[in-house]
Amino acid sequence: MATRQHSILTIDGVAALLDALRRRGYRVIGPTVRDQAIVYDDITSLADLPRGWTDEQGAGRYRLARRDDDAVFGFAVGPHSWKKFLHSPAQRLWRTERSADGVRIIAEPVSAKPLAFVGVRSCELHAIAIQDRVLLEGAYPDQHYRARREAAFLVAVNCTEPGGTCFCASMNTGPKALGGYDLALTEIAAEGERRFAVDVGSAAGSGLLAELPHRAATPGETAAAEAAIAGATGRMGRAMPDADEVPALLRRNLDHPRWEEVADRCLTCGNCTMVCPTCFCTTVEDVASLDGSASEHVQHWDSCFTMDFSYLHGGSVRASPRSRYRQWMTHKLSTWWDQFGTSGCVGCGRCISWCPVGIDITEEVAAIRGSDSAARGREG
Amino acid sequence: MAAASARRPRLAVWKFASCDGCQLSLLDCEDELLMVAERIEIAYFPEAARRMLPGPYDLSLVEGSITTPADAERIQRVRRQSRRLVTIGACATAGGIQALRNFADIREYAAAVYPYPEYLETLATSTPISAHVPVDFELRGCPIDKGQLLEVIKAFLADRKPAVPGHSVCIDCKRRGNVCVMVASGTPCLGPVTHTGCGAICPSYDRGCYGCFGPVAGANTAALAKEFAALGVARRDIARLFQTFNAAAGAFRDEAERHGD
Ligand code: SF4
Ligand code: SF4
Ligand code: SF4
Repeated sequence: MATRQHSILTIDGVAALLDALRRRGYRVIGPTVRDQAIVYDDITSLADLPRGWTDEQGAGRYRLARRDDDAVFGFAVGPHSWKKFLHSPAQRLWRTERSADGVRIIAEPVSAKPLAFVGVRSCELHAIAIQDRVLLEGAYPDQHYRARREAAFLVAVNCTEPGGTCFCASMNTGPKALGGYDLALTEIAAEGERRFAVDVGSAAGSGLLAELPHRAATPGETAAAEAAIAGATGRMGRAMPDADEVPALLRRNLDHPRWEEVADRCLTCGNCTMVCPTCFCTTVEDVASLDGSASEHVQHWDSCFTMDFSYLHGGSVRASPRSRYRQWMTHKLSTWWDQFGTSGCVGCGRCISWCPVGIDITEEVAAIRGSDSAARGREG
Repeated sequence: MAAASARRPRLAVWKFASCDGCQLSLLDCEDELLMVAERIEIAYFPEAARRMLPGPYDLSLVEGSITTPADAERIQRVRRQSRRLVTIGACATAGGIQALRNFADIREYAAAVYPYPEYLETLATSTPISAHVPVDFELRGCPIDKGQLLEVIKAFLADRKPAVPGHSVCIDCKRRGNVCVMVASGTPCLGPVTHTGCGAICPSYDRGCYGCFGPVAGANTAALAKEFAALGVARRDIARLFQTFNAAAGAFRDEAERHGD
């Protein structure tokens, strides 16, 4: 790919970027340190960003740690994803009021405040594109998601510090953001200061950049930015083995003994689905007032790991942990292709880090693959 | 809607071996309490009202576990007078903290606590109401959640099933946007095997879940206990984590026993 002409922002330029977004009426959300992790929350100034912080991640383990430099984006993804803001964990859809004239149904208005996300990683851009496909392109587009999504301004950050559970390189979803953003930053260190090489991805991005103090990148700075991203590709903590073959591999191994083994370890707690940036399932709770004069209908994140999720008359369809884990993993990696034409996994590693018992989706694939004669033959 | 003149359903609230905290959740419904009283006749609720009307009752809320021979008989009478019987709280639903006696010698406890234990008439075990009579619905928690209690009452009034979900505490914890204390700090947490109800209060304040709402259906306590051990929790402390308000509830009891001396 031809190298594009970068611009350079200094740290003051990033501060100006935050200010400019706020001036334009955006609610600015980005990474910040809270409760022993780097989470996504409202950002008011540069001081809120996790400058000098990083994370150490492994299966079922996340530790906030100090860096030995003052990098602003020197960490991988944390427990939150942008779906928290676009596809809200609790969204009232409609409510009713009963009066003498009958029952009135009142639709929930869509939220008006536009969102700006600062620090969106390449895997997350892919995850947002996947949720767009699921929530906007079906017969019943989600109006609340649509309103927030269409108004959102995305500032991507190319990964230069992949985490111990990252595997986007093997999923073809990173570490470099290739599109779907308004601006993309790559952080480099030069002459003792932090600099940010900027790629413009949209007219809105270009308009915003014009308001910020910036200059053209030197060839050396552009090369340093590219090298930082290339270096990240080689330092992913994990890899999905033979990713292109995984859909077929799982399809022919639905009765593999490994499903039983992973079910022995799995708590069916649902954390993996909650942290996954592509998981989109919801349930609707109806709440009525005591006197039956009003009701509310609220959509909540749900999970294929709960018993209620597949409950039909008489019981749950997927009663065993084995069937629930298999449903989750085969959907992510195999049947998602049939349903939506892409993988349901972007290799962000959250399900591995935030599983309380450290179940690792790449390891599960490797185990099934290891005893699959067709897959072994291909290696031969 | 039913005419105002229709007879209001009659509510009774009963106490067995318990701390009264769950019945207080009903009084704690401040804003909604008057509306409850409008829709339901509070016929028998000694903790709240001096007037005690005789049965039968349309809805009985039962707090507490069965720990004495007299109570084992009394619950039969309560059941006979009640069209619907709903147990409220960990004591009534699982035997409560007092079910720790089930794993020890009650005579030793009595001798240690009371100067004249010979005056006590008590059973060797603390058992849930469902071990004695049929129960229409079990509301969990130590104490129960008042929102869930109101839902049970609303469902009763509308003659529908209460919408009380059965997922793990982790689901609520993540919906709230909490950072997992197990993963980020290595704090043992019972959330993955505990029934929802509290809204993940403890992890929201940087503590592990204590399991107040008892085991979720199909709780894989063995896998979680293994993880606790990997975090460095001593065997005895793992048993203790499972031996609190729901010590006698299936999966928690079994896991504590597996970690016994
Ligand atoms: S894989 Fe891990 S996070 Fe997912 S349900 Fe099982 S134990 Fe929970
Ligand atoms: S399945 Fe796991 S690694 Fe893949 S996108 Fe979801 S959370 Fe990330
Ligand atoms: S803190 Fe506890 S309840 Fe919350 S996600 Fe972690 S294990 Fe589950």
